[in-house]
Amino acid sequence: MAPTLVLTRPESSTLLERLRADGAEREAAVAELHELLLKAARFELRRRQATVPHLRGDDYDDLAHQAADDALVAVLGKLDDFRGESRFTTWAYKFALFEAGVKVRRRAWQGREVPLEEEAWSRLATAAEDSGQAEAKQVIEALPEAIATALSERQREVLVAVALNDVPIDVLAERLQTTRGALYKSLHDARRKLRAALAAQGLSVSELEGEVNR
Amino acid sequence: MSRDRNDSKSDPVLARALGPAGPEVSCEQCFELLDRYVELEIARAEADTALPGMRAHLEGCPACAEDHDSLLAMMRE
Repeated sequence: MAPTLVLTRPESSTLLERLRADGAEREAAVAELHELLLKAARFELRRRQATVPHLRGDDYDDLAHQAADDALVAVLGKLDDFRGESRFTTWAYKFALFEAGVKVRRRAWQGREVPLEEEAWSRLATAAEDSGQAEAKQVIEALPEAIATALSERQREVLVAVALNDVPIDVLAERLQTTRGALYKSLHDARRKLRAALAAQGLSVSELEGEVNR
Repeated sequence: MSRDRNDSKSDPVLARALGPAGPEVSCEQCFELLDRYVELEIARAEADTALPGMRAHLEGCPACAEDHDSLLAMMRE
């Protein structure tokens, strides 16, 4: 692996320049970009294959093409945002990986209900029993009460689903008709409130984190 | 090189429930910076110093962490 970052990348800038051109030159560049995005989408689907065992070969290819098509639209729409802080291909790949990742997570959860809150309480009880650390066990045992009293309804819904019941945030976002970013903001706020509620009970999470870091 | 994620807490349930302790970027900012962050990691540069808040977000957001891991794996192929 190359140990240094190469800042001059003629092959990438050429593709970028051709994407900014007109006519046949641009059309060829768009087709080339689509191939790159399809390669990235297929790469992501291969990585996530175990999460969607029911998909067949044709389904994979359809999903890869959908992801590449959506990524192509996103990349072309944001070309002016590319400032050359990375290679153009690295920048473009992230759009295809994102689109493919979202699609495969949603496909994996197609037809599945989001688990109920009770499953989270059961998981917490098991985690508390299994915890080898007395301090961690105490904090885990205090979580249900803190979640019930300190969080808003939306914060509780997001935290329980995403952080405790392992529902992918993109799946929850689709079902609640919102975005990953908006849900993560709720999760972030919920976590801050939980930390404050635990601290108010004399349960110092930061000390616990410091303890395990030593 | 960035440290491994989730190395700050021993209990995975607590790590997921309470998230990272420090300041973190949003999902939108993470996506914006992801390509640069990954290239700095590959170059063994100080990715976390150059782009503070990324590592904390990747600890706290499983979806962005998957996107990061995939881009890193793809660029290392």
